[in-house]
Amino acid sequence: MRPFEYHRAGSVADATTHAASGAARFIAGGTNLLDLMKLDIERPERLIDISRLPLDAIEENEDGGLRIGALVSNADLAADLRVRRDHGVLSRALLSGASGQLRNKATTAGNLLQRTRCYYFYNPALPCNKREPGSGCSAIGGRNRIHAILGGSAQCIATHPSDMAVAMMALSAEVEVMSAGGEGRRLPLAELYRLPGDTPHIETVLNPGDLITAVLLPAPLKGRHIYRKVRDRASYAFALVSVAAVIKMDGATIGAARLAFGGLAPMPWRDRAVEDVLIGQSPSSALWNKAADRLLAEAKGYGENDFKSVLVRKTLASVLSDASVREI
Amino acid sequence: MDVSLKMDEPVAESLLDTTNQNIVSQPVDRVEGPLKVSGTARYSAEYKFPGLLHGVLVSAPMGKGRILKIDAGSIEKLPGIVTVITDYDTFLRNPAQGQDEEAPEQGVRDVSYFGQPVALVVGESFEAARHGAQRIALDMRPDEGRFDFAARKHMAEPKKRSRKAQGDLDAALAAAHATIDAIWTTPSQTSAAMEPHAGIAVWEDNKLTLYGSYQMLASDRLQLADALGLKPEQVRIVARYVGGGFGGKLGISAESVAAAVAAMRLNRPVRVVMTRQQVTEATVRRSNTEQRIRLGADAEGRLTAVAHETITANLDRSSFSEPASASTQFLYGGQARLFLNSIVRMDQLLSASMRAPGEAVGMLALECAMDELAETLGMDPVALRLRNIPARHPMDGLPFSSRSLAECLEIGARDFGWSDRDPRPAQRREGDWWIGVGMAAAARSNMLIKSSARVMLAPDGTAVVETDLTDIGTGSYTILAQITAELLGLPVSSVEVRLGDTDFPPSSGSGGSFGAASAGSSVYLACESLRQEIAEKLGIAPKDLVLTEGMARHGNVSRPLHEILSGPLTAIGTIEPGEMEEKFVQAGFGAHFCEVGVNAHSGEVRVRRMESTFAAGRILNEKTATSQCLGGMVFGIGAALTEDLMHDPRNGAIVNHDLAEYHVPVNADIPALKVRFLEERDEKANPLFAKGIGELGISGAGAAVANAIYNACGVRVRDYPITLDKLIEKLPPA
Repeated sequence: MRPFEYHRAGSVADATTHAASGAARFIAGGTNLLDLMKLDIERPERLIDISRLPLDAIEENEDGGLRIGALVSNADLAADLRVRRDHGVLSRALLSGASGQLRNKATTAGNLLQRTRCYYFYNPALPCNKREPGSGCSAIGGRNRIHAILGGSAQCIATHPSDMAVAMMALSAEVEVMSAGGEGRRLPLAELYRLPGDTPHIETVLNPGDLITAVLLPAPLKGRHIYRKVRDRASYAFALVSVAAVIKMDGATIGAARLAFGGLAPMPWRDRAVEDVLIGQSPSSALWNKAADRLLAEAKGYGENDFKSVLVRKTLASVLSDASVREI
Repeated sequence: MDVSLKMDEPVAESLLDTTNQNIVSQPVDRVEGPLKVSGTARYSAEYKFPGLLHGVLVSAPMGKGRILKIDAGSIEKLPGIVTVITDYDTFLRNPAQGQDEEAPEQGVRDVSYFGQPVALVVGESFEAARHGAQRIALDMRPDEGRFDFAARKHMAEPKKRSRKAQGDLDAALAAAHATIDAIWTTPSQTSAAMEPHAGIAVWEDNKLTLYGSYQMLASDRLQLADALGLKPEQVRIVARYVGGGFGGKLGISAESVAAAVAAMRLNRPVRVVMTRQQVTEATVRRSNTEQRIRLGADAEGRLTAVAHETITANLDRSSFSEPASASTQFLYGGQARLFLNSIVRMDQLLSASMRAPGEAVGMLALECAMDELAETLGMDPVALRLRNIPARHPMDGLPFSSRSLAECLEIGARDFGWSDRDPRPAQRREGDWWIGVGMAAAARSNMLIKSSARVMLAPDGTAVVETDLTDIGTGSYTILAQITAELLGLPVSSVEVRLGDTDFPPSSGSGGSFGAASAGSSVYLACESLRQEIAEKLGIAPKDLVLTEGMARHGNVSRPLHEILSGPLTAIGTIEPGEMEEKFVQAGFGAHFCEVGVNAHSGEVRVRRMESTFAAGRILNEKTATSQCLGGMVFGIGAALTEDLMHDPRNGAIVNHDLAEYHVPVNADIPALKVRFLEERDEKANPLFAKGIGELGISGAGAAVANAIYNACGVRVRDYPITLDKLIEKLPPA
């Protein structure tokens, strides 16, 4: 592990100021960052420990939504009564991720910013544009069973590994960001992430020193909340495909639909055109297929991951069937 | 008095059946358990020495090439770096195979596989050394490598002496009422023991002590001495506790030689612990296999033809080839037979023994072929197997020493409720899940290896057992204590078992499921000798002696040991294999029954129930034996569903070289498993009448899962592991 400076932040302003220059990283749970530092993949010169900042509360907003502090642990968030009652898709997504030990340690903002689990990103002996810009993408033409079929580029087809973020996308969450200059801003989670394009090493729109201080959930979404994660083993495996769905029936037709997908793309994937296919329609296999057609219109397989198109089509159909049962 | 026994004759009677202490076979808790759960059992890398240095191996970042220069200067200035140790001639190209008596191939200037250790960075801390090992500048000339098995398998060359043939196979197949001819493939696998390969080398007074994590210390010592140019007497290996081996630690590997070279040069103790990635890339793997099985049967389901041909991979000059047909050769009858192993030369890490080498993957093919044959014949798979149990070995005509295969099949089927099954696939549905059941037989050869142990009985009624056997998590400490307590009439708590030290009498080591029977027999013989000495002192026949609760009894006379013994009694017992293994086929047998769910939408497979029945001679400890079988069954489930050591065919790298992406089953994958043992005694095997248990549980287990998947959803996947992507397009309409 490379030597690094350690600074324990006394305040948000202290944290952002110290992070503004040089190769700095915030550390909270450290469940991903420390592994990557040991492997010489993350190479911060300075770690700013934010774990003692007062960002670990879940508060109710005036609009009926929740403000989730950046440091709320995944375990606490999943167990929160309001989350379980009003945002079931989020609680379920959290509980499907990692292991009990990791969820105790991992934080909300850290979960959003975790790095990909692409095999090649994790192996410094092999080319990876995300790790070493310009070195090439080993996954394209290599072992890519777990890689993206949407949103990738000729430079990178790594997926974002979070389950939590997929549910938050479906819920139209926003993130609250504090800059090094002391300016706060809010942006939709969908706008936090950047697709790889020609710069796969740049994964978000955050600037040096920017600190995510909270995630904002809008007022609860009525309807059925489902998070279906498909993976190679029953626990402790990243999603091959996951579907977060909130479906509100309006009599015999679909009144409202929110869908987001994990395991398919370099970011948690939400495509409103897919939701539009469903709204106002009656449930049917044909409709599910139409939604999948829309989702997969731009899909591109790379060989070993071709199966993901079929897998997400079938998984989406089963999720939508379960979610669209008429309320009795 | 030291005693030895060569197993040339059956043992007429085992003392374990006459001493009546009721200790052997009981589910005694592991004697070292409290040390392990309290963190006080000291594993090899945990010994503390003043001045201890930390070494981290440098892994070659390419699959084939030649080292031009290792630039120590590139990292010398980094904090905490002590030095860089290079020794192009002495470092191991690859680990040793188990039981070899000399060093494996040495020399690392030429890189033969991705991640081959080529140097050792020594630092004041592990972190510093690892940092140096990651950053050291290697000047290498890359060469064209052989990394693509699929493209090279046509170049496979037959392994010497592996071909065994009988009768006219083609004619038998042509005349058969029903035939199967199909190819199964299994991927490379890694043992994934929890403790990585790790050790500390101490060089003192011209002697090397290695605190190592190995399974077979007597031969490891010879390998290490040979590798370093030392005499065996100059080398001592200590491995009191080993955190899992599964074959991955049978022979020495890179870390011990590197640690020893460093310790000898620096005159300081040096610890080398492999990272998980290095364990995966640079120790041993189970080779991937391609297995063609051909079966022919008559209309009554009697096999007339059995052929099992296997292609495996290995490094140049390494002769090991996964003997996938090991149990196929004796499990079922059929006159026409063919067995053959071929090796493809690949520039990938060494292929060697992993838990049940042969049976573990061979039965994934054979027992699925039998399932397919049963379906073709319209027979119950259990009935097909019962019909084909041969009276004697189908080729050499030898009788079996003991074999309760039929009983395992029948009792296992009854307990599982096998007769309730619907043999037609895709008939049972619960919610989103197709449900199915499958079964497979289990068989694993039994072996006896020369083994010695010393037993000292003190007048105060305590005993000490010493042998260089290792306990790799299996329960060796406990069963040796039980055998001693049983035969000397002591409570288990009065027996101290000392293992894992080449200063003790040499044993079989742990491997091939032979540790318990081999080392246990040596302890038995030593105790038997001590009993004779006590009987002599009492002037009675040994058979009239009763030892119990620290007392010696004969007739109605009972005397405490301290009245009889003026000092400690010591005996070394040695067991050796003999004619019994040439005159009898010796193996453990069993039957697995399994129920799975296959998700109708996603193709995810979840095992719901697995019940296995085994017979392996006397069970020495019901609890540790059960754990061995459970562990084997979990291994089998992993082989069937998730485990796949993935090579990149372009450069030879192992892409999933950590436990996040090499998927062994986790708790959530494993339902309640049930293990049942049938009573059995094998007087041809050894004086304990016990057979090996460590690898029987894995043998056939994965095939039962695969057969259940077919019964659930009607899809046969012959390419392991059976991941959802291989099922999803073939599933019946949801």
